[in-house]
Amino acid sequence: MSHLLLSDLSPGASGVLNRVGGSRAYRRRLLELGFVPGTHLKLIRRLDVGNVLEVELRESRVSLRISEATVLELVTEETS
Amino acid sequence: MSRSVVAIAGNPNCGKTTLFNSLTGVHAKVGNYPGITVERREAALHLPDGRDAVLLDIPGTYSLSARTAEEQIAISAIAGLNRFQDPDAVIVVVDGTQLARNLYLALQVLELRLKVVVALNMCDVLEREGVTVDTDKLSEELGVAVVRVSAIRGDGIADLKEAVSNVLATDGVSHGVVQRLNGTVGSAVDAVMPEIPEGWSRGDDERRAALATWALLSLDEEDELWEVPEALRETVLRQRRLVEEAGEDLDLQVVSARYQWIDGACARVMGELPGALRRFTDAFDRVLISPIVGFPVFLLVMGMVFEALFTWSAPLIDIVSNVMSVFGESLGAVLPEGLLRDFVTDGLVAGVGAVIVFLPQILMLFLFISLMEDSGYMARAAFLMDRIMKAIGLTGRAFVPMLSGFACAIPAIMATRTMERRRDRMLTMMVVPIMTCSARLPVYTLIIAALYPAPDQAGGKIFGFFSLQALLMVAMYLFSTVLALVAAAVLGRTLFRGESSPLLLELPPYRWPSPFSVIRQMWERSRLFVTEAGTVILTCTIVLWVLLTFPRDLALSRDYAQEAVTIEVTGVAEGVPENAIIDQLSVLGGLEDAERLRASWGGRLGRTLEPVIAPLGFDWKIGVGLIGAFAAREVFISTMGVVYGMGDGVDEETVPLREHLQAEVWPDGRRVYTPLVGLSLMVFFALAAQCMSTLAVVKRETRSYRWPVFLFSYMTGLAWIASFCVYQGGRLLGYC
Repeated sequence: MSHLLLSDLSPGASGVLNRVGGSRAYRRRLLELGFVPGTHLKLIRRLDVGNVLEVELRESRVSLRISEATVLELVTEETS
Repeated sequence: MSRSVVAIAGNPNCGKTTLFNSLTGVHAKVGNYPGITVERREAALHLPDGRDAVLLDIPGTYSLSARTAEEQIAISAIAGLNRFQDPDAVIVVVDGTQLARNLYLALQVLELRLKVVVALNMCDVLEREGVTVDTDKLSEELGVAVVRVSAIRGDGIADLKEAVSNVLATDGVSHGVVQRLNGTVGSAVDAVMPEIPEGWSRGDDERRAALATWALLSLDEEDELWEVPEALRETVLRQRRLVEEAGEDLDLQVVSARYQWIDGACARVMGELPGALRRFTDAFDRVLISPIVGFPVFLLVMGMVFEALFTWSAPLIDIVSNVMSVFGESLGAVLPEGLLRDFVTDGLVAGVGAVIVFLPQILMLFLFISLMEDSGYMARAAFLMDRIMKAIGLTGRAFVPMLSGFACAIPAIMATRTMERRRDRMLTMMVVPIMTCSARLPVYTLIIAALYPAPDQAGGKIFGFFSLQALLMVAMYLFSTVLALVAAAVLGRTLFRGESSPLLLELPPYRWPSPFSVIRQMWERSRLFVTEAGTVILTCTIVLWVLLTFPRDLALSRDYAQEAVTIEVTGVAEGVPENAIIDQLSVLGGLEDAERLRASWGGRLGRTLEPVIAPLGFDWKIGVGLIGAFAAREVFISTMGVVYGMGDGVDEETVPLREHLQAEVWPDGRRVYTPLVGLSLMVFFALAAQCMSTLAVVKRETRSYRWPVFLFSYMTGLAWIASFCVYQGGRLLGYC
């Protein structure tokens, strides 16, 4: 099983959320948007120049900063 | 019987506002929630059973959990906490294309034991894509009525009203659907329940547990919530510590339990969504927010907005100022000569004129902002600009307020209400007033036209191509924008230290903006300017008129009335043409006005100020103009008209005013208005907090005198220093 961060994914790649870190406020808001462990995440696009990415989960989309998406730890699809 | 109150809640971008409009029609009443400056919209809702209700719009939110006073509005308004009125029923709008995330909010509402109707929106999209949703099954799972609607097409509105009538007519209330948690988290909820005020729980244990869970998720050491009983807060913090010590994760368990239920329910009621649901949006986004094309397109859009702002609104501004001057003149013709007429035309009409002359530009900018928001492009702008905004200590959400600042700081400051962190909000509020608002434009126009050569004059072109005047104007805009960003960076690293909040942004699907909604938003934002700034500008203009008019009984150096009679009598006797007589009389009148002004309270104030502003290259007359500019910056121009004895019917295009500026000399014969002084004056206008309305709004939004005082001091201090550097530096370099 290989661990990686949401911020490491390239567009089109996906993974299953394993752990959510971050400050309490940010973490609670991520959880409430559906970032709970076990959720399937798919990276839609990343804009490295802008330090932003867009991720899809449960049919909805959320944009995060790449530098902040490091709090989302994934297990990749193939190995899980 | 009092009218029923129906609250309508939903996620941001779920179509709630469109549905609100379809349910109620055009007339919404906009006010504030009690004790907090968050917009509160309500409108009459006519129900099929003849019952009249009020529909209350709850700010869009993903969850009822809250950390800030603004987020707390949702729970307070839905549960009727503290000073908030209890809603008789709640409509939860749910976006069917993002059912899971939208149901999260619905679940929280259900737990509060209310009369709930779920409006399943975007049903047209689902049908088009061939996705089936078993509404009956969903209704059974949730235990409340579920109505299929399409807010955009107006489908299902009658059914929704019907369902609201039904739910109002019965006694049944909702139940939570997620099982109570066991273990440490469960006992924490049990321990917090007794601390929930009776006024919150209404004696209902299920609701008490829901609010206890809410408190456990919302309260912590850093929250900014208000009217939370101290005992409740202490218990929550203690219980959270206990859960933590037991090695359990309260937030995760509560939220996971809800999503576990949601995932199960979604699988039972809904077919698979096709991946192509967002194909149009994705196709656009591949271009509009791509690294290579995204930024140029963004700059192009901004360029278009500003082009329109200045070229399209110019004819409208002319119409408005012409109408006002005709209005003032005809009033002046009707009223008898004297103090009352002066007051009405120079105080009242001038004041109203000063307000509405800005409307065309403000309406125009808000038209574009509304178009960008409704089409979905604004979220992309925030997406693209986030890195830059964050680098200077702001968030992507500060983009709309900063952009609005180019029209007027008042609506811009109010637009900061959408920011969740107080620190971000304060910081944005403190720098938005530096942006070049539309009131600075006439001042720049006057100074540039009067003191710098036009393109057809010698030195009017740079490199034989660019117009010096146009370049100066662009430079002033750049200067203020850069200064605002620098100020944000500095303040964000000193006074408002701390990280800006993490970014959580939704890029909604692109949509054709609905004309009705765009016009409504444009109007509601501009209305803020008229009501908030308008009253202050009007008052200040009147105060200014008093300052410049009184005292009346002065010992004048000449007997102007006698001289006027002499001019007329001798003129007629010597056969001087009538026009020449009128000219002579108006010159004399101008001289009298100028002498009166010098002795007026305002004139004395200007002369008192002179030592302070002399190092910037300004004389006392400019000082009077600067005092006038505190009402609104462009009042500077009409004040200068009065100062130079030309009456106040002048504007920045008035040629005699320009000539007057060019001819004005110091007692030693040097010109007052050199290009260097003009630059110093423009820099001063760019930075000084010369706007009472802005200060008043900051006072109201922050509910403290500290911030407006700080804003005024730092901006005006900065203005003085910058102008000093420009003027003295320019003199050292040999300009005069």
